[in-house]
Amino acid sequence: MDRNSTNYVLLFVVSMTVIVALMLTGIRQATKAQAEQNEDIFNKRAVLAAVNDYLGMGEGVKADDLTDEQVLEIFESKVEQISLNTSGQEVDNVMAEDIDMAKEKKKPVEERTLPLFKYEYEGNTFFILAVRGNGLWDEIWGNIALKSDINTIAGASFDHKGETPGLGAEIKDNPTFSNNFQGKEIFREGEFVSVKVRKGGAQDPVYEVDGISGATVTADGVDKMLREGIALYLPYLETIKGENMESMLQE
Amino acid sequence: MAEVKTVEEVKEPLFGKEERKLLSDPLNDNNPITVQVLGICSALAVTSLVYPSVVMSIAVVFVCGFSSLFTSLLRNYIPKQVRMIVQLVIIASLVTLVEMALKYLNYPVYKQLSVYIGLIITNCIVMGRLEAFAMANKPWRSFLDGLGNGVGYGVILIAVGFVRELFGKGSLFAGSPIEMKLIGATSEYMINTTQSTWFGWYANNNLMVLPAAAMFIIGVMIWIQRSYNTKLVDIS
Repeated sequence: MDRNSTNYVLLFVVSMTVIVALMLTGIRQATKAQAEQNEDIFNKRAVLAAVNDYLGMGEGVKADDLTDEQVLEIFESKVEQISLNTSGQEVDNVMAEDIDMAKEKKKPVEERTLPLFKYEYEGNTFFILAVRGNGLWDEIWGNIALKSDINTIAGASFDHKGETPGLGAEIKDNPTFSNNFQGKEIFREGEFVSVKVRKGGAQDPVYEVDGISGATVTADGVDKMLREGIALYLPYLETIKGENMESMLQE
Repeated sequence: MAEVKTVEEVKEPLFGKEERKLLSDPLNDNNPITVQVLGICSALAVTSLVYPSVVMSIAVVFVCGFSSLFTSLLRNYIPKQVRMIVQLVIIASLVTLVEMALKYLNYPVYKQLSVYIGLIITNCIVMGRLEAFAMANKPWRSFLDGLGNGVGYGVILIAVGFVRELFGKGSLFAGSPIEMKLIGATSEYMINTTQSTWFGWYANNNLMVLPAAAMFIIGVMIWIQRSYNTKLVDIS
């Protein structure tokens, strides 16, 4: 066949496309199960990273140090998963771990479903909330653990899709940033104030953390993400706060 | 593939003078970044830390080598009119392969590098070598040329990353298992500038963290290279 004819070109392009498509699909199918399990463990590890100091797996053992099996086991035995709507009611049709925050973020606020992980450790309950927002280049997200007083932050973990390494990526890579959230409070005299990420250094020891120099947009993104993300959980948090008060009064 | 190799072995040696030159040329005389000035975009973007530079280099060596090999194997069958599209399909499939392999083998590393892996497709070096070399040469030589150029790119990338991370953040290999914290203002660092009497004046250079710093460093590298390698100086 003439190598310059249109028929040859068409034949070449079509057969190449088919071969490449079949090959890549085949490999994807063969590796899919393992890849999805890896992703599942990765996400669960990120949730546990918010309660790094309360894992009870030994001194200084963080979520990153756990083996894959340990992550799954802790999730199985100590974590209760709750799915919520934005008016604070529990919904049954979906598991918290299956909620895709990237999709939820695109929906109108009233239609969103929120994951909540209740983590039990030595008689204390931690409430782990998931938040998602925008950084400089792409999306950023995180998990915030609240202590049982539903006010003090026990820990936080952040991740991002494409922030600049060494600058915005510090929200994940530099443990100092997420550690700064420990012990901060989100309510001031009963009113929701969130935690402010302040450029140039925190000024209020209870409600502010240090920003990241050179990554103002990402830090502002974290600030906005927390303010708006935690606010979605407020109806539910108010309900359980009420319940806690009642049980305390009865005692 | 095996057939082709045996034919090659009869005609020309596996590692003759020509072949060694293909591997060593891109390291100095024909370096993709400092001489051909290809792949500058990713060299500016990913070099703020050493570790991502290293992984990016490995991925580019792999993609560059094998895309050259496959393009060269197909070179007599690729219609001229659509050759660039065909090259792009080969590169994109290999990059997708790298991405799937990482997802399967090491998910956290995949998460960390997902942006850069996509960047390989747009790396001018890969396509530049396919057009300039693989379309006109035999598979084994093209493969070596691809590898050589990948390594030549990687060497510069890692060197730039080294300088930028050391002076910009005071650490090396941050994010990898062999992270070293060398100089900084907290007790975590080997040289604590708040305690040391000798290094009290030292502060990290924030310019180094920005992509512009890579431009300066690559410029200085080109300068140094040309000052001792006079072959490269354009006398026209």
